[in-house]
Amino acid sequence: MNGWSALERFLRTDPRDVGCSQAMDMLHVYAELVAAGEPAEERYPGIAAHLRACGPCGEDFEGLLAAIRGEAP
Amino acid sequence: MPEAATAAGIDAESAGWLRALAEPGAAREAALARLHGLLLPIARREVARRGPRLAITGPELDDLAHQAAADALLAITGKVGQFRGESRFTTWAYRFVIFEVSAKIGRHFWRHPVVPLGAEQWERLPDRFGFDPAREAEWRDLAAAVRRAVDTELTPRQREVFVAIVVNGVPLDTLALSLGSSRNAIYKMMFDARRKLRAALAANGYLPDDSARGS
Repeated sequence: MNGWSALERFLRTDPRDVGCSQAMDMLHVYAELVAAGEPAEERYPGIAAHLRACGPCGEDFEGLLAAIRGEAP
Repeated sequence: MPEAATAAGIDAESAGWLRALAEPGAAREAALARLHGLLLPIARREVARRGPRLAITGPELDDLAHQAAADALLAITGKVGQFRGESRFTTWAYRFVIFEVSAKIGRHFWRHPVVPLGAEQWERLPDRFGFDPAREAEWRDLAAAVRRAVDTELTPRQREVFVAIVVNGVPLDTLALSLGSSRNAIYKMMFDARRKLRAALAANGYLPDDSARGS
C-alpha cells in the first residue's frame, strides 16, 4: 500500500543524519561534488541522509544544484 | 556525525573575487555590482522554480527575488572572511541566495498563514501519506494508532511540532518563525518524534520492527 510505505519511510530515522546546521554549512561543497558526478553520498553519508529526510534542506540543495548547473527553472 | 571538509587550494576565479571584494572604493563597488548581477538571476530562477508550489505570483515573486539577492549580497560581504576555498566562490555565494529565498518564503507564509495556529486537521492525515480513500478499511486502524501514539508518546512540544508540520502541513521554516526557533531545532524535535512514533507503531505490530538495524 502506497500510504503505508510513505508513512513507514517518513518515520524511519537515520542515525547518520547530521541535522540542518551541519548540512547547510557544507551544502556548497556537497552540491559541487554532486554536480561534478563525484560520489558525494559516499564521502558525506550524514549529509546525504539529512537531505533525504529534511524537506526544507532538500529543497535548498535542489535549488543550489540547479543554480550551479545553470538549469532553467 | 561531524563531516568536516578539507580546505582545498582556492581556484583562480575565486581568488579573483576575493581580491576584487577586498579592493578599496570604486573597484569594490564594481565587484559588488558584478556579484549582484550574478545573484539576482539565481534568485529569480529559484523563486520561479519554487513558484508553482507557492501562492505567490507576479510582482510579489519578483520583489522576493530582489530582496533575496540584496540580502544575500549583504550576507556574503559580511562573511567573505569565512570562505575557505572548499568550493568555487560563486557556489558558496549562491548558497546565500538560496537560503534567503527559503527564509523569505517561510516569512511570507508566517505573515499569511494558510492554517490557523492551534487547528488540528487530523482528517487530512491519510491524504498526507497518500492513503487510498477506497481502501480505508485497510489503513483506518493504522491512522488511529498514529494519532494515539502522537498523544501518548510525544512531549507536548514534540506533539505541537508534529501536528503543525505533518497534520496541518505548515512549512517547517514557517513553524520555526512562529515558535521563535530555528530550522535545526524544529528538525531535531521532529527527528526525535519520528523515532518515538516508529518505535511505538512497531511495538504494536503496525510497522516492521527493524530495531536490530539501528533505526
